[in-house]
Amino acid sequence: MSEFFAMGGYAFYVWGSYGVTFALLALEVVFLLKRKREAKA
Amino acid sequence: MTTQEIRWFWYASPQTFFPLAGSIARVAGVLAAVLAVAGLYIGLLVAPTDAQQGEAYRIIFIHVPAAWMSMFIYVVMAFWSAIGLAMNTRLSAMMARALAPTGALFTFIALWTGSLWGRPTWGTWWVWDARLTSELILLFLYFGFMALTASIDDRRRADRAGALLAIVGVVNIPIIYYSVQWWNTLHQGASVSFTKAPSMAAAMLTGMLLMALAFWMYSIAVAMVRVRCEIVEEGR
Repeated sequence: MSEFFAMGGYAFYVWGSYGVTFALLALEVVFLLKRKREAKA
Repeated sequence: MTTQEIRWFWYASPQTFFPLAGSIARVAGVLAAVLAVAGLYIGLLVAPTDAQQGEAYRIIFIHVPAAWMSMFIYVVMAFWSAIGLAMNTRLSAMMARALAPTGALFTFIALWTGSLWGRPTWGTWWVWDARLTSELILLFLYFGFMALTASIDDRRRADRAGALLAIVGVVNIPIIYYSVQWWNTLHQGASVSFTKAPSMAAAMLTGMLLMALAFWMYSIAVAMVRVRCEIVEEGR
């Protein structure tokens, strides 16, 4: 399990890519749903 | 005009498109989640370690689909801009506006993951080569489109100005795509193209295509919800 998270020594680069990507996509959804609520669309 | 004619413009009316957009968003959103889970499972757990790059190559499952989407969304945005200019349909301009933020987001993700991939494999976060620079220009084109359409109060004038920018900027797309062939770049050539068999293991290719489909469905879902907001907000 820890071997999986270590990513052969590239953990920072791999998880930095996946983490930031999905965090940004989640943020976009949150902001969009907020806009949707306010617009009542 | 007889009733037998195909009603091409039926869904060009924001009011008729509004409920359809909601249905499309729901279906695409569910598909995006399912495809992303499958893609992540294959990409992170099934696909074998790369012989040269070790585990660092797993960034490919985000990087390449995001880069594809960044270019594809721009082309779709320019297409709707052109239709809006030619037909003067309000919904077309709304579609272009709804797509821009998601396109910009995928462009940023492509640049960000590329940087995190470049550091361990090339030894540098960034280099001013043709592929990276033209992709950065794409990000600025998205920002320019959003800033321009947001800064002009008259909606129709804003949409026309934005449409012109989007259409002119589309020349950048073939430049990005062919940059690795036209110039001597640090960036590698295409691993997957329309003209030759992919040069990678089957599981790697499957994971990449699943993630590309997931991002595609995600983009459709988000753009459809955003176009509904545009329709409601413009109606006020």
